[in-house]
Amino acid sequence: MSTQQQQPEEPQSQEAPEDPEMRGAESPVDEKEKQGGDIDQQTTPEDELEGETVHIKVFRYDPEVEGKQEPRFDDFHVPFEKGMTVLDAVMYARDTYDSSLTFRHSCRQAVCGSDAFFVNGKQRLGCKTQIADLEQPIRIEPLPHQEVVKDLVVDMDHFYDQMHTVEPYFQDEDTPNPADLEEQRQSPENREKIKMSSRCIWCGACMSSCNIAAGDNDYLGPAAINKAYKFAMDDREGEEIKEHRLRILEQEHGVWRCQTQFSCTEVCPKDIPLTEHIQELKREAVKKNLKFW
Amino acid sequence: MSQSYNRGLIEDFGRWKEFSAGMWAWIFHKFTGWMLIGYLFTHIAVLSSSLTGPEAYTNTIGGLESLFIVRVLEVGLLAVAVFHILNGLRLLMVDLGVGLEAQDKSFYASLVLTAIITVASVPTFLDGVTL
Ligand code: SF4
Ligand code: FES
Repeated sequence: MSTQQQQPEEPQSQEAPEDPEMRGAESPVDEKEKQGGDIDQQTTPEDELEGETVHIKVFRYDPEVEGKQEPRFDDFHVPFEKGMTVLDAVMYARDTYDSSLTFRHSCRQAVCGSDAFFVNGKQRLGCKTQIADLEQPIRIEPLPHQEVVKDLVVDMDHFYDQMHTVEPYFQDEDTPNPADLEEQRQSPENREKIKMSSRCIWCGACMSSCNIAAGDNDYLGPAAINKAYKFAMDDREGEEIKEHRLRILEQEHGVWRCQTQFSCTEVCPKDIPLTEHIQELKREAVKKNLKFW
Repeated sequence: MSQSYNRGLIEDFGRWKEFSAGMWAWIFHKFTGWMLIGYLFTHIAVLSSSLTGPEAYTNTIGGLESLFIVRVLEVGLLAVAVFHILNGLRLLMVDLGVGLEAQDKSFYASLVLTAIITVASVPTFLDGVTL
């Protein structure tokens, strides 16, 4: 759309025949962007970048190679392509310039959660972040507050430990006996309530962005609390299990450590309202203990 | 895993430029909170001069008010208190789950309101109290 708006301003009339072709090329990108969610109008920066190279600065650290143990930034210049993501850029750099460049990725469509990086000062999924949206040079670092194993790979053990602390699996008090197993129905309203919390892909971006989690290693962290929310709010689990879950959450390093900085909510690539969920669990914990109502 | 790299506190705090609204609100709230606690003690110290009699109290207050620096500090105190109150209300809303999407806007609004109230108070404070 903005290409068209720009046309009249540009003196070259040769541009006109190119227009339909360009728009044809744009439409799949637009699709992608809609899935991406947070980009509304991307034609202009993308057009500006056409045919250019993108300057990325990538954090490097290799404990096994003599002389490379001191962390540093390596510069790569990657040819830009329409719809290029940060992950595409680092993959190009690895495949073309330095095969030792190490990072995790798998699905390339914001589903597996393995490629969360610290890009231009913010935790983002490499595969979901459009190069055209970023200021250059693009600084790509491993997630903060986690130990770096190599290059962009961080040690996720602690994150997984915290996730497992909240017993992230469905628990049912009265599972019907296998002979007459039946569907366990959930009301549409209840499904709607936990819908957002069920989108977590365990990428760890939220935990990495949280100052409190950085200062308190025992804090469960936004992702684990959100995971607990998903189950605690699920009507099918029953009161007793919910109480048990709240007991885990209201301990010293549980929900009360959250200082509502909102950084987790801001970086979550799946747009989960993490702070909102944490606050709701705080209220639940208070209700459970006061029992006024 | 043979070895890993821990970026340490210094590098982590070096990220302050990347902090967002909510984090600044948190930092300012803690900071103003500590300032108010500090003020409370000096305040009690000044008030306690009344124990030795009304004369002493009047002299202390009068003496303090005659100092320009004290009047400037009072403007600062007002700013600190106003921000702490406004952000406190903002946090109350957050706790109740009201307007969570506007948490950054409400932080900026608290800052703007604090600035307006502080600036508006300058003439009064700097003139000093005419007894
Ligand atoms: S809550 Fe969001 S940011 Fe945190 S691990 Fe899940 S998907 Fe990632
Ligand atoms: S590669 Fe799977 S989330 Fe990015």
